[in-house]
Amino acid sequence: MEKQLLRFKVNGDEYEVYINPKTLLAEVIRDHLGFTGTKRGCETVSCGACTVNVNGFSVKSCSVLAIQCQDMDVTTVEGLEKNGKLSPIQRAFLDNGSYQCGFCTPGMLMSSTAFLEELKGEVPTEEKIRESIEGNVCRCTGYNSIVRAIDAVAQGKYKEE
Amino acid sequence: MSHAKYSVINTPVHNIDGVAKVTGRATYTFDVTLPGMLYGKILRSPHPHAKILNIDATRALELPGVKAVVTGKDTLGIKQGIWRRYEELCDEQILPLEKVRYIGEPVAAVAAVTEEIAEAALDLIDVDYEVLPAVFEPLEAIKKEAPTIHEGVERNVNVTRHIEWGDVDEAFEEADYIREDWFKCSGQHHMCMETRAAVSSFTPDGKLTVWTSTQSAYYHQALLAGVFGLRDGDVRVLAPYVGGGFGGKFEIDSAQFCSGVLSMKLHKPVKIVLTREEDFIASKRRTPMFYYVRTGIKKDGTFCARESRMFSNGGAYTGMGATALYLSGFFHSFPYKWRGYRYDGYRVYTNTMPSTSMRGFGAPQAMFCSEQQIDWICADLGLDPFEVRRKNGHTEGYEVPGQAFIASCGLEQCINEIEKWVKSKGKLPANRGIGISSCGFMSGGIFNWFDSPYSFSSAVVTINFDGTVELHVGCQDIGQGSNTTMAIIAAETLGVKIEDIKVHSGDTDHCPADLGAWGSRQTLMAGNAVKMACEDAKKQLLEFAYAEMGINIVYDLDIKDRWVHIVARPERGLPYGDLVKKALRGKDGQRIVGRGYYTPHRKGMISPAYSYMMQAVDAEIDPETGKIKIYEVMTAHDCGQPINPLGLIGQLEGAASMALGYAYLEDMPFEDGKMMNPNLVDYKVIKAPEMPKTDIIEIDTYEPEGPYGAKEAGEGLTNPTAAALGNAVFNAMGIQMKELPITPERILKALREKKEQEAQK
Ligand code: FES
Ligand code: FES
Repeated sequence: MEKQLLRFKVNGDEYEVYINPKTLLAEVIRDHLGFTGTKRGCETVSCGACTVNVNGFSVKSCSVLAIQCQDMDVTTVEGLEKNGKLSPIQRAFLDNGSYQCGFCTPGMLMSSTAFLEELKGEVPTEEKIRESIEGNVCRCTGYNSIVRAIDAVAQGKYKEE
Repeated sequence: MSHAKYSVINTPVHNIDGVAKVTGRATYTFDVTLPGMLYGKILRSPHPHAKILNIDATRALELPGVKAVVTGKDTLGIKQGIWRRYEELCDEQILPLEKVRYIGEPVAAVAAVTEEIAEAALDLIDVDYEVLPAVFEPLEAIKKEAPTIHEGVERNVNVTRHIEWGDVDEAFEEADYIREDWFKCSGQHHMCMETRAAVSSFTPDGKLTVWTSTQSAYYHQALLAGVFGLRDGDVRVLAPYVGGGFGGKFEIDSAQFCSGVLSMKLHKPVKIVLTREEDFIASKRRTPMFYYVRTGIKKDGTFCARESRMFSNGGAYTGMGATALYLSGFFHSFPYKWRGYRYDGYRVYTNTMPSTSMRGFGAPQAMFCSEQQIDWICADLGLDPFEVRRKNGHTEGYEVPGQAFIASCGLEQCINEIEKWVKSKGKLPANRGIGISSCGFMSGGIFNWFDSPYSFSSAVVTINFDGTVELHVGCQDIGQGSNTTMAIIAAETLGVKIEDIKVHSGDTDHCPADLGAWGSRQTLMAGNAVKMACEDAKKQLLEFAYAEMGINIVYDLDIKDRWVHIVARPERGLPYGDLVKKALRGKDGQRIVGRGYYTPHRKGMISPAYSYMMQAVDAEIDPETGKIKIYEVMTAHDCGQPINPLGLIGQLEGAASMALGYAYLEDMPFEDGKMMNPNLVDYKVIKAPEMPKTDIIEIDTYEPEGPYGAKEAGEGLTNPTAAALGNAVFNAMGIQMKELPITPERILKALREKKEQEAQK
């Protein structure tokens, strides 16, 4: 198949890559650009380890073709910190011990980040928080520490540094 | 009781790898790429039992980009296993020469320049099989007429284990009441988020380097050296960050073996990552078990005797299953005092994927049977389940005859706390119940079937000129936070801050050997080694301090929070950083090095120490649909002195989610040897919305054998949950759940049967 030019932004920087139009976004991010923070945990779009944000929405990068992200703005876990300062949800994960092996963590952080942005300051119920990470499987933590971290950020306990 | 006030121990800290993990900097085997690396794929058997007549890879080798195809002919069917002291139990050929014994067993492996080409090449390998009759259930496989899975193994019995103490028959005679039940406990998949993966690189100097997702870099070094005919020292195993283990990643897996064989043939790095489906069908799983349990008890609730028989579905090979067979039988007696106890375990080969260790190591199954039967007996006799457990429970100083000595035990306090909590809930609405279960677990196994010539755990600590500390350990962080635990123990012992400690682990070239992360051994065993190494280094520093401070030798010196001081007069001292600089000069510029090691001696048959706990599960059952809603899991827990409080909560919550999954969601149905749900759509794990509230009460005990009084936390917490949920269902609906998982279908069936029985009455 003829390769196509994909021009898009990842973590604020412009990239141009020639890709097979069937290539998944997850592959371009990991294999072509080397952002290996984004993980894969399944072939059935059911684990959320590959979650990234595309134009502010959380997207499972194994479920979209990279070429669909033409001219779009993609954020991966590597894009959450700014000038060496961790984002509120990253700091809340540290304080609450919301990770163990860490393999689901990038996806969890990306789902939580999109959720927190959508809230626009509104304080969510615990049920809403749990739903926001329903698509992310974690085999280690039992989720409750992740819920506490999201809740702490939603409550305004962490400010952007 | 905790003996001292600590500066670092039991204070919440960020895990030392936290920043790497929340920023995407943590790289896993899954992320490793090397220059010139090839990709491997594995062709797997579609038959549960078949002779391999011929493998023809001609067409595959003609595909452009394919570099090699290997089969059993390349490895000459070399057998391997982790019970190295027992040759007959090293029964697994990865890439078998003559026959396959389960669906998913590797038959050939391909290396190609891309993963796609390797995948495409699999379709071009022609394998002629002669399909053999197969058997899938242990109670079938043990029959005389069943097909033979391993030549010369009669009735497919792989291993047996007998445990006995006291006069069992006499003790039964003293019983006023005897109850017998059969139980069926399912398997469970480890389902690590990082599937099994390896990158092997064999170089022309005859050295093999393997990056892999492992629970024990040392085991894999020795096992891979064994199968490839290399010296241990010529194999370097590197475990970068590991995406979960749970008992499933310390035997050789097909990714490690096949990437190694291919790399040795090609002298190029080869990477193999199992797909989720491969990981499900062709790794290993928690051992499915059939339990027959017979228990005799006096009218007043005193336990007399127990006699149990267990048949486990071993699958095609031994793996760690022989250990699970023993531990299941031992923990089936826990945490109670029996006058007579007898267990006969039979591990039976079948044509299914092998079963092995998984978090809890045979104990969750054993407790599901034991703890439910105890509640049913209490109901039969009108006894109080808390009282009966208190009356018969282990206590400090108890000796499990011929097996174990219990030095610290907070079981009674655990029972008291949970009793208070349950009573505080008052009367529950209809169809809702709280079930309890107590149990205990080991803090590291003392067995050495691996035949390791090394200490079970070792540590080397080096103090740099600026006071920073390099801690080299062989224990393996697989997400449970052992590196942080070791850093805390080191900082406490040396009297420095946790940020002064750098932990080096997961590299056999640079770290001392250690059996690794299994059997809840690291906090106690590696922790003791680290403590000893740091005490050694600290002693050397304090020798200089005595000279420097010129004090009377009757005074004790210590270091705390980077301050070297006289214990009786803490204000008199000098900064730790200054002392280190001076000490190095005094040592002709040598850095301070301390060594520590730990191997248990004269600690019984199982473990140097045991954790204890009681758990309660609050659940509601919908009588129309059979669906379960879990409201809360409450645990009282004795793990000795907690070291890392945040990590401890994480272990509890993680164990609860895995154990609840085992109790009512996760199942591995097989049809004719084929797993029916090998993907994350159909294999149900707990997700955030189902996860209940989980609280914990820590019981303060001090374990003399543990570092700073610590013992196991995290694995044992997987044991009580299925039983506690079963008891909750019993209390809510009056039905007895004898099969796992407790699914809506099974609940509805039990409710129907109950109705029929009541109608008959
Ligand atoms: S990799 Fe599992 S959802 Fe994308
Ligand atoms: S931290 Fe291991 S899967 Fe979530």
